[in-house]
Amino acid sequence: MKTVRFGVVVFPGSNCDHDVYYVLKTLLKQDVRFLWHKQTSLEDCDVIILPGGFSYGDYLRCGAIARFSPIMKEVAGFAARGGIVMGICNGFQILCESGLLPGALIRNRSLRFICKNVSLKVENKKSIFTNSFVKADINQFKLPIAHAEGNYICDENTLSELESNKQILFRYIDNPNGSLADIAGIINKEGNVMGMMPHPERACEKLLGSEQGLNIFRSITESFN
Amino acid sequence: MYSAKVKVTLRKSILDPQGKAVETSIRSLGYDKVTDTRIGKYIELTLDVESEQEARRVMDEICSKLLANPVMEDYEFEITEIKSS
Repeated sequence: MKTVRFGVVVFPGSNCDHDVYYVLKTLLKQDVRFLWHKQTSLEDCDVIILPGGFSYGDYLRCGAIARFSPIMKEVAGFAARGGIVMGICNGFQILCESGLLPGALIRNRSLRFICKNVSLKVENKKSIFTNSFVKADINQFKLPIAHAEGNYICDENTLSELESNKQILFRYIDNPNGSLADIAGIINKEGNVMGMMPHPERACEKLLGSEQGLNIFRSITESFN
Repeated sequence: MYSAKVKVTLRKSILDPQGKAVETSIRSLGYDKVTDTRIGKYIELTLDVESEQEARRVMDEICSKLLANPVMEDYEFEITEIKSS
């Protein structure tokens, strides 16, 4: 088994960075390092993770300012060369703002911050991020969500492209936030950039109630073997 | 010197849940003739440039790159010259 080198980007206001680090390092025994957002080197990482949180206090729009952090130029170049990039929650918002993923995330339909476990299903099980799902979890698995701006939108053409290219990775079974087509997570056309609102890093140990989030991180490491 | 006043609003095609909630509240006050409530952002800034044309060009760039997200928002701005006294 190859040990995969993960880089977790830390923006001012990131707050799920240590959770991802812990899962990858302690539970999955991978090589992990933090990358400060002002860095211009990705330190030869194989996978870049943009973690959840409130980068720049969500000022202006969620992710709008983080998108211009120096490291994002490198992340965009890395993604264009086929490098694997995953954005969780605020990381998903940053990927949309930077144009690495289509669409945008607006205020939840209820206007409330929603923090709860939700049921999801895998729509495309052949991606880098879903290839090693436990069979029983594919049609229904649970992850926590914690966001106020998780309502995914895009125009009609983009939606039909997402559908026909199998870019919709995860859908909510009971839509919590108003997202178009129940979208909870998507990949880019090439399949190497992924963004999702739910938090898999918060569901990786039985002690915390669920290990179903491991499906996603294991799929990534498996894709290197 | 020029002053710019920018308005950023959610695009018409996008449901504005905040506007909707505020409208419900307005109507509950008895103003039942109110419709189409939309909530946006207002931004003011000063530009140290030579001409109005230059100010407009720079503002278009700033708005499309950062102040508004074209996927979900529209923007408009007013430019006025600041006369030094």
